[in-house]
Amino acid sequence: MVRVDGLRKSYGTVEAVRGVSLDVHRGQVVVLIGPSGCGKSTFLRCLNLLETPSAGTLQVGDRTIDFGSRHSMPHGRTLARFRARIGMVFQQFDLFPHMTALKNVMSGPVIVKKMGQSEAEAIARDLLAKVGLGAFTARYPRELSGGQQQRVAIARAMAMAPEVMLFDEVTSALDPELVGEVLDVMKQLATEGTTMIVVTHEMAFARDVADWVVVMDAGQVVEQGLAEEVLLQPKNPRTASFLSRFHSTIGERKN
Amino acid sequence: MGYKWDFSGVYSYLNLWIKGLGVTLAYSVGTVLGGLIIGVICGMLLLYRRKWVTLPIHYYVEIFRCTPLLIQIVWFYYALPIVLNVELPAWLAAGIGLTLYMGAFSTEIFRGGIISIDKGQWQAARALGMTNGELMRHIILPQAMKRMVPPFVNQSIIQLKNTSLLYVVAVPDLMYTGSIVVADTFRPLEVYTSVGIMYFAILYPLTLWATRMEARVDQ
Repeated sequence: MVRVDGLRKSYGTVEAVRGVSLDVHRGQVVVLIGPSGCGKSTFLRCLNLLETPSAGTLQVGDRTIDFGSRHSMPHGRTLARFRARIGMVFQQFDLFPHMTALKNVMSGPVIVKKMGQSEAEAIARDLLAKVGLGAFTARYPRELSGGQQQRVAIARAMAMAPEVMLFDEVTSALDPELVGEVLDVMKQLATEGTTMIVVTHEMAFARDVADWVVVMDAGQVVEQGLAEEVLLQPKNPRTASFLSRFHSTIGERKN
Repeated sequence: MGYKWDFSGVYSYLNLWIKGLGVTLAYSVGTVLGGLIIGVICGMLLLYRRKWVTLPIHYYVEIFRCTPLLIQIVWFYYALPIVLNVELPAWLAAGIGLTLYMGAFSTEIFRGGIISIDKGQWQAARALGMTNGELMRHIILPQAMKRMVPPFVNQSIIQLKNTSLLYVVAVPDLMYTGSIVVADTFRPLEVYTSVGIMYFAILYPLTLWATRMEARVDQ
């Protein structure tokens, strides 16, 4: 579904991502963890080309793109079409403030896919109901709590029926009591077979939901494997030292 | 003390005043609209981060922002015909100067409005798969326009007063009409007071309306 090979991203002389490879199969939930500044968010943003990788290969579905000086980047409509197949949810929600929750969710299908209003509205209503916001369709983002806004943002991304969903620290900007409602929606998507790549600091979520955990440090993958193996018996000392800060969270709430 | 105000001379030129008012309003509306079009085009072009596009616009904007409008009007009237070797009627030369001046400020207002929109809006729209045209039209502009309205109205108010500088090239606007009436009546105090009142009468309702608009935008 998603195949990344030797992906690199540098800003001037600083290399934020230093050759990361990753394979994500249909329906798999991959969680990326690591200390802040390790390049995991940059890596995620490279996957839908919000950042242009400096080198490597990226394959999403049947589309493959090679990066590097000898290859030209897709642009314009080609780039937009590539992105349309990848959903992304951001730390700051980034809902469109001039649109209601319903219009936000309809925006992708209507503007990008040129879908008819009624068809798009039906999809949007379904998705908002699914994220528990069926009664809030007419609200503007400013009238919603952070957790509700983030759930609208998830519905907005899902409305494009993407092949894979990217989550970039989507609970980091939320008040602690609102984190759960967003994670619950993500868990639900995971159990329904949505392909997901998740950057997060929520170790309990990683433990409960992830099929595969990838640990990054200093722009590289230092360890990867099944969630329980990596989180509970890390082999790499850098993984161990990073995880030691979370051990209380990983241990508790085991179900 | 002891000066006897006499406005009767002012009233007797009613026809001239109406014409002058028409000229002032026509120049205001015309140059504001022209400037708006220039501002939209230049402001959009500034978003292309190509030096050969942005640099000429940058110099255009700064030349017009950093020189007095009076000099621009005089220059377009006297120097441009020589430079281009064409005869420009006074009304056109002055109009071009005023329009380009408004265009320079509009460009800044437009650019400022667009870049004031949060980066997250751009990336969210791009992540959904919108092309630059789609995200500009559906996401950025609807939000940016609201923010552009107050500074644009403000600049338009200044522009209307600036049309008074047209009198130096003998365009018969309110101000020039004033100077004619003064020459005829020798009543500068009454005449210029009246001219001031006329500008105020046009602009005051406009500023009230602008304040209301700002309050609406703030919501």
